[in-house]
Amino acid sequence: MSDFVKLWVYLSGSPLLWLTATLVAYVIADAIAVACKRHPLANPVLIAVILVAAILLATGTEYPTYFAGAQFVHFLLGPATVALAVPLIRYLPHVKRTAVPMAVALVVGSFTAVVSVVLLAQAFGLDRASTLALAPKSSTAAIAMGIADKIGADPALTAVLVILTGITGAIVVTPLMNALRLKNYAARGFAAGLASHGIGTARAFQVSPIAGTFAGIALGLNGLLTALLVPVVIAWLVK
Amino acid sequence: MLAALATLLVCQLAGEVIVRAVSLPLPGPVVGMALLFVLMLARAPITKEIGATTDTLLKHLSLLFVPAGVGVVQNLTVLGHEGLRLILVVVLATVITLAVTALTFEYLARFLGVDESAADHDGTREP
Repeated sequence: MSDFVKLWVYLSGSPLLWLTATLVAYVIADAIAVACKRHPLANPVLIAVILVAAILLATGTEYPTYFAGAQFVHFLLGPATVALAVPLIRYLPHVKRTAVPMAVALVVGSFTAVVSVVLLAQAFGLDRASTLALAPKSSTAAIAMGIADKIGADPALTAVLVILTGITGAIVVTPLMNALRLKNYAARGFAAGLASHGIGTARAFQVSPIAGTFAGIALGLNGLLTALLVPVVIAWLVK
Repeated sequence: MLAALATLLVCQLAGEVIVRAVSLPLPGPVVGMALLFVLMLARAPITKEIGATTDTLLKHLSLLFVPAGVGVVQNLTVLGHEGLRLILVVVLATVITLAVTALTFEYLARFLGVDESAADHDGTREP
């Protein structure tokens, strides 16, 4: 028994264990998603997160210990973001043709994202701190936390709301677009990337390369526009 | 694969440097994406290698959000006593944003005659 404890103490302190756990959890989650024919509710991010969180809870592992291993996966978000330029080049003729609808949808969508969440927060009687933390929720985490810092919101709360927004968008986008009878995969992908950043973009890439490409564009452009819009909307709507 | 990864990292690094040098409100990797885009637009072709490496990365984009997602589960207490209402607001606002954005895009594309719904699907599976 004490051998097992020794082994556990050794392994739990090394990055190997939690890096492996993250990959295995994702492989299982993705297999479940495939078995459910990529049903939107069987979101691989959500399933993998629940699996890992359950293991951490069961073993009493703190997040910093987990992240020491998982950081290698987390790090790849940077190169993956840079990689979005490749599908953009591949589908450039298509992107150019839809430049006008895309530009208008960007401005309208970005404005809707910030204003709708602020008005809803007020309608639901949320306090000022929560309303401010919600405002940048559709932009990617790094941008949203920067905005939160600037407008005096809690970046930690914003980060949680950003991820919740991403998972919500990834789950909701397919049934919502089907209900709206939208078959244009450029429009569907663009909306997914704009409303729910990288996690929505990941979903879009699982559906079609066109949807993923447009999601990637929306993710980048909406990040920039949100950074400019949030301070203005806050000054206008939040007293 | 190594050359492709090096290219991505060089672009990301250059992006980080630019962001800090001119204090842009953007993360380094987003500027890195713009740099790679301009680079490939200028002349550099998408080699098979870069294509394959980026396809692999983007195919598993979901995996990369798992560590951050786990952080959220461990941090759910920051939602505090307003937790349920916060989640409700996030869901409603996301649904509204998705619908408004996609409908704007689609109606304008149709109005301008650039709607290619039929051609868009690329033979990939029905979601």
